[in-house]
Amino acid sequence: MIYRANIRPAWVVLFLLLLFAVAFALVKGTDSSSSGKKVKPVAKNKIVNLEQFPVNEKCLRCHGQSKYTFENAESKKISYKRMYSELIIDRNEFYISNHKGFKCTDCHSEDYLTFPHPGNLRMEAKANCIDCHGGDEKYAKFQFEKIDSNFMTSVHSQKHSEEFTCWMCHNPHTYRINARTNENLQETVAYDNLICLNCHGDVTKYELLTNKQQPNILQKHDWLPNQATHFINVRCIECHARNKDTLLIAHEIMPKNMAVKKCESCHAKNSILYASLFKYQVKENIKKQGLFKGLFLSETSTIGPDQNNTLNIISIVLFSLTILAILIHAVIRIQKSH
Amino acid sequence: MENHNEPIYLYPVWIRLWHVLNAVLCLLLIITGLSIQFSNPTITVRFNVAVAIHNVAGVLLSFNYILFFIGNLFTKNGGYYVIEVKGFFKRLMIQFHHYTIGVFKKEPAPFPVTAESKFNPLQQFSYVAVMYTIIPLAIISGLGLLYPDLTVNGLIGISGLDYTDLLHLFCGFIITIFMCVHLYFCTFGKTAFSNFKSIFNGYH
Repeated sequence: MIYRANIRPAWVVLFLLLLFAVAFALVKGTDSSSSGKKVKPVAKNKIVNLEQFPVNEKCLRCHGQSKYTFENAESKKISYKRMYSELIIDRNEFYISNHKGFKCTDCHSEDYLTFPHPGNLRMEAKANCIDCHGGDEKYAKFQFEKIDSNFMTSVHSQKHSEEFTCWMCHNPHTYRINARTNENLQETVAYDNLICLNCHGDVTKYELLTNKQQPNILQKHDWLPNQATHFINVRCIECHARNKDTLLIAHEIMPKNMAVKKCESCHAKNSILYASLFKYQVKENIKKQGLFKGLFLSETSTIGPDQNNTLNIISIVLFSLTILAILIHAVIRIQKSH
Repeated sequence: MENHNEPIYLYPVWIRLWHVLNAVLCLLLIITGLSIQFSNPTITVRFNVAVAIHNVAGVLLSFNYILFFIGNLFTKNGGYYVIEVKGFFKRLMIQFHHYTIGVFKKEPAPFPVTAESKFNPLQQFSYVAVMYTIIPLAIISGLGLLYPDLTVNGLIGISGLDYTDLLHLFCGFIITIFMCVHLYFCTFGKTAFSNFKSIFNGYH
Protein backbone atom coordinates (compact mmCIF):
# COMPACT_ATOMS: atom_id res chain seq x y z
CA MET A 1 0.00 0.00 0.00
CA ILE A 2 1.44 3.35 -0.98
CA TYR A 3 0.89 6.29 1.36
CA ARG A 4 1.16 9.02 -1.18
CA ALA A 5 0.01 12.47 -0.09
CA ASN A 6 -1.00 13.17 -3.59
CA ILE A 7 -1.96 16.74 -2.89
CA ARG A 8 0.03 19.55 -4.37
CA PRO A 9 1.31 21.90 -1.63
CA ALA A 10 -0.27 24.76 -3.55
CA TRP A 11 -3.73 23.43 -2.71
CA VAL A 12 -2.74 23.05 0.95
CA VAL A 13 -1.58 26.67 1.01
CA LEU A 14 -4.83 27.80 -0.64
CA PHE A 15 -6.79 25.97 2.05
CA LEU A 16 -4.64 27.46 4.83
CA LEU A 17 -5.07 30.92 3.34
CA LEU A 18 -8.81 30.48 3.42
CA LEU A 19 -8.61 29.34 7.03
CA PHE A 20 -6.39 32.30 7.85
CA ALA A 21 -8.82 34.73 6.21
CA VAL A 22 -11.73 33.35 8.26
CA ALA A 23 -9.72 33.51 11.51
CA PHE A 24 -8.56 37.01 10.68
CA ALA A 25 -12.09 38.18 9.99
CA LEU A 26 -13.19 36.76 13.36
CA VAL A 27 -10.33 38.34 15.35
CA LYS A 28 -10.65 41.65 13.54
CA GLY A 29 -14.38 41.66 14.22
CA THR A 30 -13.83 41.44 17.98
CA ASP A 31 -10.99 43.98 18.02
CA SER A 32 -11.31 46.92 20.32
CA SER A 33 -11.00 49.63 17.75
CA SER A 34 -9.26 52.86 18.47
CA SER A 35 -11.13 55.00 20.95
CA GLY A 36 -12.63 58.26 19.84
CA LYS A 37 -11.01 60.33 22.55
CA LYS A 38 -10.35 63.86 21.52
CA VAL A 39 -6.95 65.36 22.06
CA LYS A 40 -7.00 68.19 24.55
CA PRO A 41 -5.89 71.37 22.81
CA VAL A 42 -2.69 72.80 24.17
CA ALA A 43 -2.91 76.09 25.97
CA LYS A 44 -1.49 79.16 24.28
CA ASN A 45 1.82 80.33 25.60
CA LYS A 46 1.29 83.02 28.17
CA ILE A 47 2.92 86.32 27.40
CA VAL A 48 4.10 88.17 30.47
CA ASN A 49 2.85 91.72 30.78
CA LEU A 50 5.50 94.24 30.03
CA GLU A 51 6.55 96.14 33.09
CA GLN A 52 8.16 99.47 33.13
CA PHE A 53 11.55 99.82 34.66
CA PRO A 54 12.38 103.53 34.53
CA VAL A 55 15.84 102.95 35.90
CA ASN A 56 16.78 100.88 32.85
CA GLU A 57 15.33 103.42 30.46
CA LYS A 58 18.39 105.54 30.93
CA CYS A 59 20.35 102.82 29.10
CA LEU A 60 17.60 101.68 26.77
CA ARG A 61 16.98 105.19 25.51
CA CYS A 62 20.08 104.53 23.38
CA HIS A 63 20.54 100.77 23.55
CA GLY A 64 16.87 100.06 22.96
CA GLN A 65 16.83 101.32 19.39
CA SER A 66 18.82 101.38 16.20
CA LYS A 67 19.92 105.03 16.51
CA TYR A 68 20.72 107.31 19.41
CA THR A 69 21.10 111.04 19.89
CA PHE A 70 23.37 113.09 22.09
CA GLU A 71 24.42 116.64 22.40
CA ASN A 72 27.98 117.32 21.29
CA ALA A 73 29.58 118.96 24.34
CA GLU A 74 31.79 121.19 22.19
CA SER A 75 29.61 122.19 19.26
CA LYS A 76 26.40 122.00 21.29
CA LYS A 77 24.78 120.33 18.28
CA ILE A 78 22.50 117.30 18.46
CA SER A 79 24.15 114.30 16.81
CA TYR A 80 22.46 111.16 15.47
CA LYS A 81 24.43 107.90 15.43
CA ARG A 82 23.62 104.32 14.56
CA MET A 83 23.68 101.80 17.38
CA TYR A 84 25.59 98.60 16.53
CA SER A 85 23.12 95.79 16.24
CA GLU A 86 25.02 93.67 18.79
CA LEU A 87 24.51 96.40 21.38
CA ILE A 88 20.77 96.80 20.89
CA ILE A 89 18.59 95.35 23.65
CA ASP A 90 15.03 94.52 22.65
CA ARG A 91 12.79 95.80 25.46
CA ASN A 92 10.00 93.34 24.65
CA GLU A 93 12.38 90.41 24.77
CA PHE A 94 14.18 91.64 27.86
CA TYR A 95 11.05 92.20 29.90
CA ILE A 96 9.82 88.66 29.36
CA SER A 97 13.27 87.14 29.91
CA ASN A 98 14.44 85.46 33.10
CA HIS A 99 16.48 88.51 34.02
CA LYS A 100 13.67 90.98 33.55
CA GLY A 101 13.82 92.08 37.19
CA PHE A 102 17.42 93.24 36.99
CA LYS A 103 18.79 96.70 36.62
CA CYS A 104 21.40 97.00 33.87
CA THR A 105 23.93 98.05 36.48
CA ASP A 106 23.37 94.89 38.49
CA CYS A 107 25.56 93.13 35.94
CA HIS A 108 27.32 96.02 34.19
CA SER A 109 29.53 98.64 35.81
CA GLU A 110 27.87 101.77 37.21
CA ASP A 111 30.44 103.72 35.23
CA TYR A 112 28.27 103.10 32.20
CA LEU A 113 25.90 105.68 33.59
CA THR A 114 28.25 108.39 32.33
CA PHE A 115 28.38 109.34 28.66
CA PRO A 116 30.54 108.97 26.70
CA HIS A 117 31.28 105.66 28.40
CA PRO A 118 34.87 105.36 29.68
CA GLY A 119 37.00 103.36 27.21
CA ASN A 120 38.35 100.93 29.81
CA LEU A 121 34.83 99.53 30.30
CA ARG A 122 35.30 97.57 27.07
CA MET A 123 37.61 95.30 29.04
CA GLU A 124 35.01 94.71 31.74
CA ALA A 125 34.81 91.04 32.73
CA LYS A 126 31.33 89.65 32.21
CA ALA A 127 29.74 87.36 34.75
CA ASN A 128 28.79 83.81 33.78
CA CYS A 129 25.71 81.91 34.93
CA ILE A 130 27.64 80.10 37.61
CA ASP A 131 29.02 83.38 39.03
CA CYS A 132 25.55 84.37 40.23
CA HIS A 133 23.68 81.07 40.33
CA GLY A 134 26.41 78.75 41.59
CA GLY A 135 26.10 77.51 45.16
CA ASP A 136 22.75 79.23 45.62
CA GLU A 137 20.10 77.14 47.38
CA LYS A 138 17.35 79.11 45.64
CA TYR A 139 18.56 77.95 42.26
CA ALA A 140 19.64 74.45 43.29
CA LYS A 141 16.77 72.85 41.36
CA PHE A 142 18.19 74.22 38.14
CA GLN A 143 21.44 72.28 38.75
CA PHE A 144 23.75 75.03 37.50
CA GLU A 145 26.85 73.24 38.82
CA LYS A 146 25.97 70.06 36.94
CA ILE A 147 25.19 72.05 33.83
CA ASP A 148 28.56 73.76 34.12
CA SER A 149 30.52 70.50 34.47
CA ASN A 150 28.44 69.02 31.62
CA PHE A 151 29.22 71.97 29.42
CA MET A 152 32.94 71.73 30.22
CA THR A 153 33.03 68.28 28.56
CA SER A 154 31.08 69.42 25.49
CA VAL A 155 32.70 70.11 22.11
CA HIS A 156 31.77 73.75 22.50
CA SER A 157 33.96 74.03 25.55
CA GLN A 158 36.68 71.60 24.47
CA LYS A 159 37.15 72.80 20.91
CA HIS A 160 36.95 76.53 21.56
CA SER A 161 38.73 78.96 23.84
CA GLU A 162 37.40 80.29 27.11
CA GLU A 163 35.64 82.87 25.00
CA PHE A 164 32.91 80.29 24.51
CA THR A 165 30.76 81.05 27.49
CA CYS A 166 27.15 80.40 28.48
CA TRP A 167 26.20 83.61 26.69
CA MET A 168 27.08 82.14 23.31
CA CYS A 169 23.85 80.18 23.50
CA HIS A 170 21.89 81.84 26.27
CA ASN A 171 21.65 85.56 25.65
CA PRO A 172 21.30 87.03 29.16
CA HIS A 173 19.08 89.82 27.81
CA THR A 174 16.56 87.53 26.16
CA TYR A 175 16.93 84.04 27.63
CA ARG A 176 13.86 82.63 29.31
CA ILE A 177 12.96 79.25 30.65
CA ASN A 178 10.83 77.70 28.02
CA ALA A 179 10.64 73.92 28.18
CA ARG A 180 9.35 73.93 31.77
CA THR A 181 6.67 76.54 31.29
CA ASN A 182 5.49 76.32 27.69
CA GLU A 183 2.83 73.74 26.92
CA ASN A 184 3.19 74.18 23.19
CA LEU A 185 5.88 71.68 22.31
CA GLN A 186 6.58 73.02 18.85
CA GLU A 187 7.17 76.53 20.20
CA THR A 188 9.64 75.11 22.69
CA VAL A 189 11.40 73.16 19.96
CA ALA A 190 11.59 76.23 17.72
CA TYR A 191 12.86 78.39 20.58
CA ASP A 192 15.56 75.92 21.57
CA ASN A 193 16.65 75.21 17.99
CA LEU A 194 16.96 78.91 17.28
CA ILE A 195 19.63 79.00 19.98
CA CYS A 196 21.73 76.58 17.90
CA LEU A 197 20.86 78.23 14.59
CA ASN A 198 22.01 81.60 15.90
CA CYS A 199 25.54 80.43 15.10
CA HIS A 200 25.03 77.29 13.00
CA GLY A 201 22.65 79.10 10.69
CA ASP A 202 24.47 82.44 10.61
CA VAL A 203 27.81 82.47 8.86
CA THR A 204 28.98 85.75 10.42
CA LYS A 205 28.56 84.43 13.97
CA TYR A 206 29.94 81.01 13.05
CA GLU A 207 33.08 82.55 11.61
CA LEU A 208 33.70 84.41 14.85
CA LEU A 209 34.50 81.08 16.49
CA THR A 210 36.16 79.00 13.80
CA ASN A 211 38.00 79.22 10.51
CA LYS A 212 36.13 76.19 9.19
CA GLN A 213 33.64 76.63 6.40
CA GLN A 214 30.13 76.59 7.76
CA PRO A 215 28.37 73.34 6.82
CA ASN A 216 24.95 73.55 5.22
CA ILE A 217 22.61 72.15 7.86
CA LEU A 218 19.98 70.99 5.38
CA GLN A 219 22.55 69.15 3.27
CA LYS A 220 24.24 67.62 6.31
CA HIS A 221 20.89 66.23 7.41
CA ASP A 222 19.64 65.12 4.01
CA TRP A 223 19.94 61.47 5.08
CA LEU A 224 17.27 62.12 7.70
CA PRO A 225 13.83 60.84 6.61
CA ASN A 226 11.03 63.38 6.95
CA GLN A 227 13.61 66.06 7.55
CA ALA A 228 11.20 68.98 7.89
CA THR A 229 9.01 67.11 10.40
CA HIS A 230 12.05 66.21 12.49
CA PHE A 231 13.28 69.81 12.48
CA ILE A 232 9.89 71.09 13.59
CA ASN A 233 9.33 68.48 16.30
CA VAL A 234 12.74 67.53 17.62
CA ARG A 235 15.31 69.71 19.30
CA CYS A 236 18.86 69.64 17.93
CA ILE A 237 20.13 68.67 21.38
CA GLU A 238 18.05 65.47 21.46
CA CYS A 239 20.47 63.93 18.96
CA HIS A 240 23.55 66.10 19.41
CA ALA A 241 23.86 66.21 23.20
CA ARG A 242 24.55 63.32 25.54
CA ASN A 243 21.40 62.68 27.51
CA LYS A 244 21.85 61.85 31.16
CA ASP A 245 18.97 60.94 33.38
CA THR A 246 20.43 63.06 36.16
CA LEU A 247 20.13 66.28 34.19
CA LEU A 248 16.94 67.56 32.63
CA ILE A 249 18.55 69.59 29.87
CA ALA A 250 21.59 67.99 28.28
CA HIS A 251 24.48 70.43 27.92
CA GLU A 252 27.20 68.06 26.77
CA ILE A 253 27.12 68.71 23.04
CA MET A 254 28.90 65.77 21.41
CA PRO A 255 31.19 65.71 18.36
CA LYS A 256 29.17 65.29 15.18
CA ASN A 257 30.26 61.67 14.68
CA MET A 258 28.65 60.77 18.00
CA ALA A 259 25.26 62.26 17.19
CA VAL A 260 22.27 59.91 17.28
CA LYS A 261 21.73 58.56 13.79
CA LYS A 262 19.80 55.38 14.39
CA CYS A 263 16.06 55.70 13.98
CA GLU A 264 15.31 53.04 16.58
CA SER A 265 17.06 55.04 19.29
CA CYS A 266 13.92 57.14 19.47
CA HIS A 267 11.31 55.25 17.55
CA ALA A 268 11.34 51.89 19.28
CA LYS A 269 11.00 52.74 22.93
CA ASN A 270 7.24 52.45 23.15
CA SER A 271 6.01 50.12 20.51
CA ILE A 272 2.34 50.53 21.41
CA LEU A 273 2.57 54.27 20.91
CA TYR A 274 4.71 53.75 17.85
CA ALA A 275 2.31 51.26 16.33
CA SER A 276 -0.59 53.68 16.66
CA LEU A 277 1.48 56.52 15.24
CA PHE A 278 2.59 54.29 12.39
CA LYS A 279 -0.96 53.38 11.46
CA TYR A 280 -1.91 57.03 11.58
CA GLN A 281 1.08 57.99 9.48
CA VAL A 282 0.28 55.50 6.73
CA LYS A 283 -3.33 56.72 6.55
CA GLU A 284 -2.13 60.31 6.36
CA ASN A 285 0.39 59.44 3.64
CA ILE A 286 -2.35 57.89 1.50
CA LYS A 287 -4.66 60.83 2.14
CA LYS A 288 -2.03 63.36 1.16
CA GLN A 289 -0.09 61.57 -1.56
CA GLY A 290 -2.55 59.12 -3.05
CA LEU A 291 -2.55 55.35 -2.82
CA PHE A 292 0.56 54.51 -4.84
CA LYS A 293 2.92 57.21 -3.60
CA GLY A 294 1.52 57.20 -0.10
CA LEU A 295 1.73 53.47 0.35
CA PHE A 296 4.81 52.42 -1.57
CA LEU A 297 7.07 55.41 -1.85
CA SER A 298 6.51 57.14 1.46
CA GLU A 299 9.31 57.03 3.97
CA THR A 300 7.19 55.37 6.60
CA SER A 301 8.23 52.00 7.86
CA THR A 302 8.56 50.28 11.17
CA ILE A 303 12.03 50.37 12.55
CA GLY A 304 12.07 47.05 14.26
CA PRO A 305 9.94 47.42 17.37
CA ASP A 306 11.72 44.16 17.98
CA GLN A 307 15.09 45.91 18.08
CA ASN A 308 15.88 43.38 20.64
CA ASN A 309 19.58 42.86 21.04
CA THR A 310 19.24 39.23 22.05
CA LEU A 311 17.35 38.44 18.86
CA ASN A 312 19.89 40.36 16.81
CA ILE A 313 22.75 38.45 18.38
CA ILE A 314 21.02 35.08 17.92
CA SER A 315 20.33 35.82 14.26
CA ILE A 316 23.89 36.98 13.61
CA VAL A 317 25.32 33.90 15.37
CA LEU A 318 23.05 31.52 13.43
CA PHE A 319 23.90 33.22 10.14
CA SER A 320 27.63 33.11 10.92
CA LEU A 321 27.42 29.41 11.82
CA THR A 322 25.68 28.69 8.51
CA ILE A 323 28.37 30.49 6.54
CA LEU A 324 31.08 28.75 8.58
CA ALA A 325 29.53 25.32 7.94
CA ILE A 326 29.35 26.08 4.21
CA LEU A 327 32.98 27.21 4.16
CA ILE A 328 34.22 24.13 6.05
CA HIS A 329 32.20 21.85 3.76
CA ALA A 330 33.53 23.62 0.66
CA VAL A 331 37.14 23.45 1.84
CA ILE A 332 36.94 19.70 2.58
CA ARG A 333 35.24 19.13 -0.79
CA ILE A 334 37.98 20.98 -2.63
CA GLN A 335 40.71 19.11 -0.72
CA LYS A 336 39.11 15.72 -1.42
CA SER A 337 38.65 16.49 -5.09
CA HIS A 338 42.40 17.01 -5.50
CA MET B 1 21.99 15.60 -9.12
CA GLU B 2 25.31 14.52 -10.49
CA ASN B 3 24.76 11.47 -12.69
CA HIS B 4 23.00 11.65 -15.96
CA ASN B 5 24.18 11.50 -19.52
CA GLU B 6 21.39 12.87 -21.72
CA PRO B 7 20.52 16.48 -21.01
CA ILE B 8 16.97 16.74 -19.64
CA TYR B 9 14.87 19.80 -20.33
CA LEU B 10 13.82 20.59 -16.76
CA TYR B 11 13.32 24.31 -16.61
CA PRO B 12 10.75 25.70 -19.06
CA VAL B 13 10.95 29.39 -19.95
CA TRP B 14 8.36 30.52 -17.42
CA ILE B 15 10.21 28.79 -14.58
CA ARG B 16 13.47 30.38 -15.62
CA LEU B 17 11.93 33.84 -15.86
CA TRP B 18 10.19 33.39 -12.53
CA HIS B 19 13.41 32.11 -10.94
CA VAL B 20 15.67 34.92 -12.10
CA LEU B 21 13.13 37.57 -11.07
CA ASN B 22 12.63 35.83 -7.73
CA ALA B 23 16.39 35.72 -7.12
CA VAL B 24 16.94 39.40 -7.96
CA LEU B 25 13.96 40.54 -5.89
CA CYS B 26 14.95 38.39 -2.91
CA LEU B 27 18.45 39.83 -3.00
CA LEU B 28 17.08 43.38 -3.16
CA LEU B 29 14.66 42.64 -0.34
CA ILE B 30 17.39 41.18 1.87
CA ILE B 31 19.73 44.15 1.35
CA THR B 32 17.03 46.78 1.83
CA GLY B 33 15.42 44.80 4.65
CA LEU B 34 18.70 44.76 6.56
CA SER B 35 19.06 48.47 5.85
CA ILE B 36 15.66 49.17 7.37
CA GLN B 37 16.19 46.89 10.35
CA PHE B 38 19.68 48.12 11.19
CA SER B 39 19.12 51.59 9.76
CA ASN B 40 22.39 53.40 9.88
CA PRO B 41 22.94 56.01 7.20
CA THR B 42 26.70 55.51 7.09
CA ILE B 43 26.82 51.79 6.29
CA THR B 44 23.40 50.78 4.98
CA VAL B 45 21.20 51.94 2.11
CA ARG B 46 19.63 55.28 3.00
CA PHE B 47 16.44 54.67 4.96
CA ASN B 48 13.92 56.34 2.65
CA VAL B 49 15.50 54.76 -0.45
CA ALA B 50 15.58 51.36 1.26
CA VAL B 51 11.90 51.62 2.27
CA ALA B 52 10.79 52.57 -1.26
CA ILE B 53 12.82 49.78 -2.91
CA HIS B 54 11.70 47.25 -0.30
CA ASN B 55 8.02 48.13 -0.79
CA VAL B 56 8.13 47.99 -4.58
CA ALA B 57 10.27 44.83 -4.65
CA GLY B 58 7.95 43.18 -2.12
CA VAL B 59 4.89 43.85 -4.26
CA LEU B 60 6.67 42.61 -7.41
CA LEU B 61 7.76 39.47 -5.55
CA SER B 62 4.14 38.88 -4.52
CA PHE B 63 2.97 39.05 -8.13
CA ASN B 64 5.85 36.81 -9.14
CA TYR B 65 4.81 34.36 -6.44
CA ILE B 66 1.28 34.27 -7.82
CA LEU B 67 2.80 33.31 -11.21
CA PHE B 68 4.74 30.50 -9.52
CA PHE B 69 1.72 29.41 -7.50
CA ILE B 70 -0.68 29.25 -10.44
CA GLY B 71 2.00 27.71 -12.66
CA ASN B 72 2.55 24.94 -10.12
CA LEU B 73 -1.17 24.36 -9.71
CA PHE B 74 -1.72 23.66 -13.38
CA THR B 75 1.56 22.45 -14.88
CA LYS B 76 3.78 19.43 -14.49
CA ASN B 77 6.22 21.49 -12.45
CA GLY B 78 3.89 21.41 -9.42
CA GLY B 79 4.34 17.64 -9.27
CA TYR B 80 7.98 18.00 -8.25
CA TYR B 81 6.81 19.59 -5.02
CA VAL B 82 4.57 16.70 -4.03
CA ILE B 83 6.16 14.83 -1.15
CA GLU B 84 5.66 11.10 -0.97
CA VAL B 85 5.16 10.66 2.74
CA LYS B 86 6.08 6.99 3.07
CA GLY B 87 9.78 6.61 3.76
CA PHE B 88 10.39 10.31 3.30
CA PHE B 89 12.35 10.68 6.55
CA LYS B 90 14.56 7.74 5.61
CA ARG B 91 15.23 9.26 2.19
CA LEU B 92 16.00 12.58 3.86
CA MET B 93 18.60 10.85 6.01
CA ILE B 94 20.14 9.10 3.02
CA GLN B 95 20.50 12.44 1.25
CA PHE B 96 21.85 14.04 4.44
CA HIS B 97 24.40 11.24 4.75
CA HIS B 98 25.41 11.82 1.13
CA TYR B 99 25.97 15.54 1.67
CA THR B 100 27.87 15.08 4.92
CA ILE B 101 29.94 11.97 4.15
CA GLY B 102 29.24 10.43 0.74
CA VAL B 103 30.11 13.50 -1.26
CA PHE B 104 33.64 13.49 0.18
CA LYS B 105 34.07 9.83 -0.85
CA LYS B 106 32.86 10.67 -4.35
CA GLU B 107 29.89 8.36 -3.96
CA PRO B 108 27.20 8.77 -6.64
CA ALA B 109 24.16 10.86 -5.71
CA PRO B 110 21.50 8.62 -4.09
CA PHE B 111 18.66 10.45 -5.88
CA PRO B 112 19.91 11.53 -9.30
CA VAL B 113 17.90 14.07 -11.27
CA THR B 114 15.36 12.55 -13.65
CA ALA B 115 12.52 13.99 -15.70
CA GLU B 116 10.12 12.61 -13.05
CA SER B 117 12.03 13.76 -10.00
CA LYS B 118 13.83 17.08 -10.26
CA PHE B 119 14.64 17.45 -6.57
CA ASN B 120 16.41 15.22 -4.08
CA PRO B 121 14.50 14.74 -0.76
CA LEU B 122 16.37 17.51 1.05
CA GLN B 123 15.76 19.91 -1.81
CA GLN B 124 12.12 18.90 -1.94
CA PHE B 125 11.68 19.48 1.78
CA SER B 126 13.45 22.85 1.84
CA TYR B 127 11.78 24.10 -1.36
CA VAL B 128 8.31 23.15 -0.12
CA ALA B 129 9.04 24.74 3.26
CA VAL B 130 10.33 27.97 1.75
CA MET B 131 7.99 28.32 -1.23
CA TYR B 132 4.79 27.13 0.45
CA THR B 133 5.27 28.35 4.01
CA ILE B 134 7.95 30.98 4.46
CA ILE B 135 7.40 33.06 1.31
CA PRO B 136 3.59 33.20 1.74
CA LEU B 137 4.05 34.21 5.39
CA ALA B 138 6.59 36.85 4.36
CA ILE B 139 4.13 38.20 1.78
CA ILE B 140 1.19 38.26 4.19
CA SER B 141 3.18 39.84 7.03
CA GLY B 142 4.76 42.26 4.56
CA LEU B 143 1.30 43.29 3.41
CA GLY B 144 0.37 43.83 7.06
CA LEU B 145 3.37 46.12 7.56
CA LEU B 146 2.71 47.95 4.30
CA TYR B 147 -0.86 48.61 5.25
CA PRO B 148 -0.97 48.31 9.07
CA ASP B 149 -4.74 48.69 9.28
CA LEU B 150 -4.92 45.11 8.06
CA THR B 151 -3.20 43.82 11.18
CA VAL B 152 -5.05 42.94 14.35
CA ASN B 153 -4.98 45.70 16.93
CA GLY B 154 -3.29 43.87 19.73
CA LEU B 155 -2.96 40.77 21.83
CA ILE B 156 -1.95 40.57 25.50
CA GLY B 157 -0.85 44.17 25.51
CA ILE B 158 1.48 43.93 22.55
CA SER B 159 0.57 45.55 19.27
CA GLY B 160 -0.43 43.27 16.42
CA LEU B 161 2.10 45.19 14.38
CA ASP B 162 4.86 43.82 16.60
CA TYR B 163 3.85 40.22 15.99
CA THR B 164 3.57 40.92 12.27
CA ASP B 165 6.98 42.55 12.22
CA LEU B 166 8.57 39.71 14.14
CA LEU B 167 7.05 37.16 11.77
CA HIS B 168 8.24 39.16 8.76
CA LEU B 169 11.75 39.30 10.16
CA PHE B 170 11.75 35.61 10.94
CA CYS B 171 10.74 34.85 7.36
CA GLY B 172 13.37 37.25 6.03
CA PHE B 173 16.00 35.54 8.15
CA ILE B 174 15.04 32.05 6.95
CA ILE B 175 15.01 33.23 3.32
CA THR B 176 18.49 34.74 3.76
CA ILE B 177 19.85 31.49 5.19
CA PHE B 178 18.05 29.54 2.46
CA MET B 179 19.60 31.67 -0.27
CA CYS B 180 23.13 31.13 1.05
CA VAL B 181 22.68 27.37 1.38
CA HIS B 182 20.83 27.18 -1.97
CA LEU B 183 23.66 28.97 -3.76
CA TYR B 184 26.24 26.64 -2.22
CA PHE B 185 24.34 23.48 -3.09
CA CYS B 186 24.06 24.71 -6.66
CA THR B 187 27.79 24.07 -6.95
CA PHE B 188 27.11 20.31 -6.57
CA GLY B 189 26.54 19.80 -10.30
CA LYS B 190 28.83 18.05 -12.77
CA THR B 191 31.07 21.03 -12.43
CA ALA B 192 30.76 23.85 -9.93
CA PHE B 193 28.96 26.00 -12.51
CA SER B 194 26.91 23.46 -14.49
CA ASN B 195 23.77 23.95 -12.37
CA PHE B 196 23.99 27.71 -12.77
CA LYS B 197 24.16 27.16 -16.53
CA SER B 198 21.10 24.88 -16.35
CA ILE B 199 18.88 27.51 -14.81
CA PHE B 200 19.73 29.79 -17.73
CA ASN B 201 19.49 27.34 -20.66
CA GLY B 202 16.83 25.02 -19.19
CA TYR B 203 18.76 21.77 -19.70
CA HIS B 204 20.10 19.73 -16.84
